[in-house]
Amino acid sequence: MTKTPHLLKNSLKFPQPELEPVDTTVAVATAATPTPSGTRSDLEPGPRGRKPARRFSRRNLFIYGTLTLVALYYLLPLYVMVVTSLKGMPEIRLGNIFAPPLEITFEPWVKAWSEACTGLNCDGLSRGFWNSVRILVPSVILSIAIASVNGYALANWRFKGAELFFTILIVGAFIPYQVMIYPIVIMLREVGLYGSLTGLVLVHSVFGMPILTLLFRNYFASVPEELFKAARVDGAGFWAIYFKIMLPMSLPIFVVAIILQVTGIWNDFLFGVIYTKPDLYPMTVQLNNIVNSTQGVKEYNVNMAATILTGLVPLSIYFLSGKLFVRGIAAGAVKG
Amino acid sequence: MEPSISIRNLSLDFGSLRVLKDLDLNVGQGEFLVLLGSSGCGKSTLLNCIAGLLEISEGQIFIGGRNVTWEEPSQRGIGMVFQSYALYPQMTVAGNLSFGLKNAGLPKAEIAARVDRAAKILQIEPLLDRKPAALSGGQRQRAAIGRALVRDADVFLFDEPLSNLDAKLRADLRVEIKQLHSKLKNTMIYVTHDQIEAMTLADRIAIMRGGSILQLDTPEEIYLRPNCRYVANFIGSPSMNFFDGRIEGGDHLRFVSGSLNLPLAGYAFADPQGARPGPATLGIRPEHIVSGAEAEAAAISLTAEVDLIEPLGSDTFARVTLDGSNLWIRLDGQARTRPGDRLVIGFAPERAHLFDLDTELRL
Amino acid sequence: MAAMARPARWHRNISAKVAAIPMIATALCIFIGGTAWTVVYSFTNSKLLPKESFVGLRQYERLWGSSKWLTSIENLAIYGAFSLIFALVIGFLLAALLDQKIRFEDTFRTILLYPFALSFIVTGLAWQWILNPDFGVQAVVRGLGWESFTFDPLYNPDIVIYGVLIAGLWHETGLIMCLMLAGLRGIDEDIWKAARIDGIPTWKTYLFIVIPMMRGIFITAIVLIASGIIKVYDLVVAQTGGGPGIASEVPAKYVYDAMFLSQNLGQGFAASTMMLLTVVIIVVPWAYLEFGGKRK
Repeated sequence: MTKTPHLLKNSLKFPQPELEPVDTTVAVATAATPTPSGTRSDLEPGPRGRKPARRFSRRNLFIYGTLTLVALYYLLPLYVMVVTSLKGMPEIRLGNIFAPPLEITFEPWVKAWSEACTGLNCDGLSRGFWNSVRILVPSVILSIAIASVNGYALANWRFKGAELFFTILIVGAFIPYQVMIYPIVIMLREVGLYGSLTGLVLVHSVFGMPILTLLFRNYFASVPEELFKAARVDGAGFWAIYFKIMLPMSLPIFVVAIILQVTGIWNDFLFGVIYTKPDLYPMTVQLNNIVNSTQGVKEYNVNMAATILTGLVPLSIYFLSGKLFVRGIAAGAVKG
Repeated sequence: MEPSISIRNLSLDFGSLRVLKDLDLNVGQGEFLVLLGSSGCGKSTLLNCIAGLLEISEGQIFIGGRNVTWEEPSQRGIGMVFQSYALYPQMTVAGNLSFGLKNAGLPKAEIAARVDRAAKILQIEPLLDRKPAALSGGQRQRAAIGRALVRDADVFLFDEPLSNLDAKLRADLRVEIKQLHSKLKNTMIYVTHDQIEAMTLADRIAIMRGGSILQLDTPEEIYLRPNCRYVANFIGSPSMNFFDGRIEGGDHLRFVSGSLNLPLAGYAFADPQGARPGPATLGIRPEHIVSGAEAEAAAISLTAEVDLIEPLGSDTFARVTLDGSNLWIRLDGQARTRPGDRLVIGFAPERAHLFDLDTELRL
Repeated sequence: MAAMARPARWHRNISAKVAAIPMIATALCIFIGGTAWTVVYSFTNSKLLPKESFVGLRQYERLWGSSKWLTSIENLAIYGAFSLIFALVIGFLLAALLDQKIRFEDTFRTILLYPFALSFIVTGLAWQWILNPDFGVQAVVRGLGWESFTFDPLYNPDIVIYGVLIAGLWHETGLIMCLMLAGLRGIDEDIWKAARIDGIPTWKTYLFIVIPMMRGIFITAIVLIASGIIKVYDLVVAQTGGGPGIASEVPAKYVYDAMFLSQNLGQGFAASTMMLLTVVIIVVPWAYLEFGGKRK
């Protein structure tokens, strides 16, 4: 019995390896996410136990009515942001934030991207965007590379003490970041990386490690052990099995990990503000500085355009990736 | 002749739990050995130790006279076939077959030749370009056998290779494996929990329980002279009938259990020292119990009441009540017996099995 | 056929050990080492730089005497309690609605979950704008003729934390809904059939059969929400900046401000140690319940 907390093991659905459809008893019997027999896959709409109601029954009216109202409420902020960003300032001052723009203007978007000021810099959010990209790409690659190999080692090449360190890692995921912030500042300063993008990349890799390692460990553990044994009989070693056997059959979990990391790192604020300096600030930090700066006249339309721009990357990933995103954030939520 | 596989004092611990206990085993060149037992008996664990997939705690393993105790699985000269086939899903059948050879750095032509030969033997040539997902269960298992075959190994290890197949396919592949063995003459170790597979395939069967080998013998010997009550009960379907009681008497030993009082004249005691009064268990297989006229002539003849009938077509198994306990007997498939009938049954003492009540060893 | 001794062990499995080095380093240096370091230095009077002049519990005395910290704690308690209750209740109700074999389930789910994809900064700024009394909801309602309507949570120290709560719930309920939905889908259909044959009303089936069966999911959700609550930082920074005054301060912000703005490291260490203590108080009973029982 491993010491992995229950929630990390059972409740969250991770993709299972796609194997040849062997008799079900064997293929995924060892899976890290056991599904009791008779259950449906996580979010597939399927026949429920209750009888389908007539289309315009009162019950249906209630269900669809409530859901529609709730959905409208959830869409409201996005709608308001978009609408505001397309208006000119005079219209905003006079009008209603819920009203659609009388005259659509894209000027706030241009301004937000290339002219908005943070302190002395007036080159807009584009600087933050490119900083975020420069943080994101290496962080995602490094964190996933480390965690996938580590998860594979934990799942298939157990060695003495491995479970202990893994337990520390998972328990560590619950420690508030604030407790570890300053020691890391000191470590990074010692090696001369404090305030650099490299330092921030390392920080993201470290704090992404618990959840990603867990994700990969559980995935690789659900690959039938016999496959691994067969590869060893075939003379493949640690790296050959990882690259030739495990990697090609693990693409879904890599996609989940990428989604998880891209949204997580893009949305990060705390680490960005602590471990970089102003001209290297990621987009979120710069956005906050633009909107919440106390100098000058508030340009709400530019602020909203900037806010949408910052949210655009995770939103696109969300809408493009669909169910994989759900799995990813369900896993990532542990990171809190 | 030097044994093909020799295991000496092998023990394996999982933490504080000893799962294999001081095993000694020699497998002859070209022998087909079946490790048989119920789940958790250690048979697959032992196979994994031989393959080098588990690091043993104590003892030595020799394959082909070479001490391989600490060698990597791929260095041991073995091929292995798994229960779930364990085919690499992203590779074609040909890719699966050649993966190990590529890792070993064999030249391309040699690999191609070996793959072709194995495919020919197993008649999977048309499947070479398919991925495992596009194969049926039987085809997958053939491909998995092929992967072991191409290695030109001296020893083949089978880990419950037929358990995932349906009954019909299992019977077919069982025959194929038997033919393969007679053709290749490799040493084979075959793990199964299915006694029919064990009986039909094995040169010798090792029956395991709790990490030890209880009996290692030819199928016939195991069937006819199980060395303990567990083996007697494990082999045979339906299982052997048992009566707990005592051996009594002097020159003419009798077995007494409740109101039963059976003569034992003709029973061959494994150890003449065992032929004396004391608590014992008597076992008799359903198929060794006769009925009707034959029973009336038998040395032991009793009257029982039929309780339940299970007609199978070729045979009919009947559960009869005798002295308050139930026992199964085999009747002819056309027997017109019904529940409630009274039936004369009987058997010859030499067909019975006697076990010590406490040690459960054969007397 | 001679016996052979067991070869040296350290280099067996060497690749796996190499692969685990980042994990081991992180676990030891950052998670254990870093935490221990912070706890130790919370007993010093470090100011701009950490120094080893130990002052006992003085930093903690100052912390608990600081009105900013007390406000932070109070806010955290209010935000935490309401966010836990509302997220669970709303999340479950929405999941139950979505689980009624409805059409457009995917669409509804996509809409309810998208806020979770956004950062807290974006969330906070969006709601800052909607709750802006001069332009947002209050202005709109007043524009409709209700001149005395007041709804300015972000500018009223008494209720500002509820303004943050609105944004926080908007951000996280979708996730809880998804978890709950997965939990509902994990319940054997035969349970529903049996309940129907027994004539148990739907709401009773949910309350007395389904929810108890989803215990694991609820615990997961509670742990997720709880660990998120303690880390609340970006949302407050973006939405209110801790204001008006100190009315919406939270512990995580207190730590950051002490460490990086007011050069008062000792206070920051003490405050973060208190945060750690809070987590321990939450996680240990949970871990005990989850694993303590099973070990017996």
